[in-house]
Amino acid sequence: MATARNRAIDRIRREQTLARKTELLARAEQLPADEEAVIPDERLELIFACCHPALATEAQVALTLSLVGGLTTPEIARAFLLPEATLAQRLVRAKRKIRDAGIPLRVPPEHLLPDRLRTALATIYLVFNAGYGPPVRRELCGEAIRLAAVLATLMPDEAEAHGLHALLLLQDARRDARVSPGGELVLLDEQDRRLWDADEIEQGRRSLERAMAMRLPGPYQLQAAIASLHFDETTDWVQIALLYGRLAELNPSPVIELNRAVAVAMADGPEEGLELVDALPGLERYHLWHSTRAELLRRLGRDEEAAAAYTRALELAPSETERTFLRARLSTAMR
Amino acid sequence: MQYLLLIHDDEAHWGDMPEDERNAIYGEYTRYTEGLQSRGILVGANQLQPSSTATVVQVVNGETLTTDGPFAETKEVLGGYYLIDVDTLDEALEWAAKIPSARYGHIEVRPIVMREAEVAS
Repeated sequence: MATARNRAIDRIRREQTLARKTELLARAEQLPADEEAVIPDERLELIFACCHPALATEAQVALTLSLVGGLTTPEIARAFLLPEATLAQRLVRAKRKIRDAGIPLRVPPEHLLPDRLRTALATIYLVFNAGYGPPVRRELCGEAIRLAAVLATLMPDEAEAHGLHALLLLQDARRDARVSPGGELVLLDEQDRRLWDADEIEQGRRSLERAMAMRLPGPYQLQAAIASLHFDETTDWVQIALLYGRLAELNPSPVIELNRAVAVAMADGPEEGLELVDALPGLERYHLWHSTRAELLRRLGRDEEAAAAYTRALELAPSETERTFLRARLSTAMR
Repeated sequence: MQYLLLIHDDEAHWGDMPEDERNAIYGEYTRYTEGLQSRGILVGANQLQPSSTATVVQVVNGETLTTDGPFAETKEVLGGYYLIDVDTLDEALEWAAKIPSARYGHIEVRPIVMREAEVAS
């Protein structure tokens, strides 16, 4: 009896899956046909196979770029500063695992989907961040945006897929303004607004509206909403601080709390911000914690403490671009 | 496709457990095994005697060397296995997560190499 019922349920499920797939295929055909590396109707299945949790994160990223993005092995190797042979081997191993371990080429069933979609979105975000730099690698950012668009188009009911697409567009819109011609980082409020990409802002905001209309908030939508507010003529710091608060509820992290503290400092004053920053545990080795403290101390006129904090940030900063920026700040604080 | 679900856990943990708790887990194992059977995906399963009963054999230069086992001294040891036949890795992983010992130790999921003759039959 139980077996017969299970079989009946299985059949109904299969039919539902088929119906959904047919709908997906129809949608896939509406996608721009410029990516010929993969037949469009298989792209979604491929993304989920490439981002399967049984594969290591580095393998997921490399495979997605190779099989879905159509990037060549030398291109991916260059983007991640890896020897070509290392990357080629990584790809071969991962493909072999997909085949030999039986990783399915399919859209995951309903009960696995939330988890798998999260992994796929995270992989695409990793690709974007690898390109966002510094140093900036435009081809990776562009590829991540295309991948997010594919997911959002093929899974139109997933709010976070639209959220990620919006977030990437809105971050990318600042690419020309956030690094000076000399390669130096430019703070948000010092950026030349004329260098912001108005088309991308418009597109990103449209994606964000679509996502938010579904009333299923998630981390990517919240970050996109914050990014969107930053483009306004006058920044609504109170709203930004609230959004960071929601983000911290969904995704407890001291780094998010640090961002919230910055927003609070802008809304309520540096003293309130500094109080929050100082109360954050476990960020002693994070250069942005020190540089944030430094900035707030400087605004409070506590220049000596500010200089000490900038010096510490300088010691911990991971890239030359960031060190150049911090050195400039340090000399302002010492003036 | 066939998958071997290898159950690795800490034997000391089982020894330290109160008897009723241990019996409850055995009951869970029985129900789990029946679940696999009723769906027709169970190929084989066994619980192993503790690793203190293991013996390791090796042939070196034609000579058989026999030593007291297990092969590797680790805290978590192979305690049993299930061999199942399912369509994809996803199903194998879901079944692995339902093994009671997944909460105490680790389940390693290994696809079986299928020779052509077996695949055809």
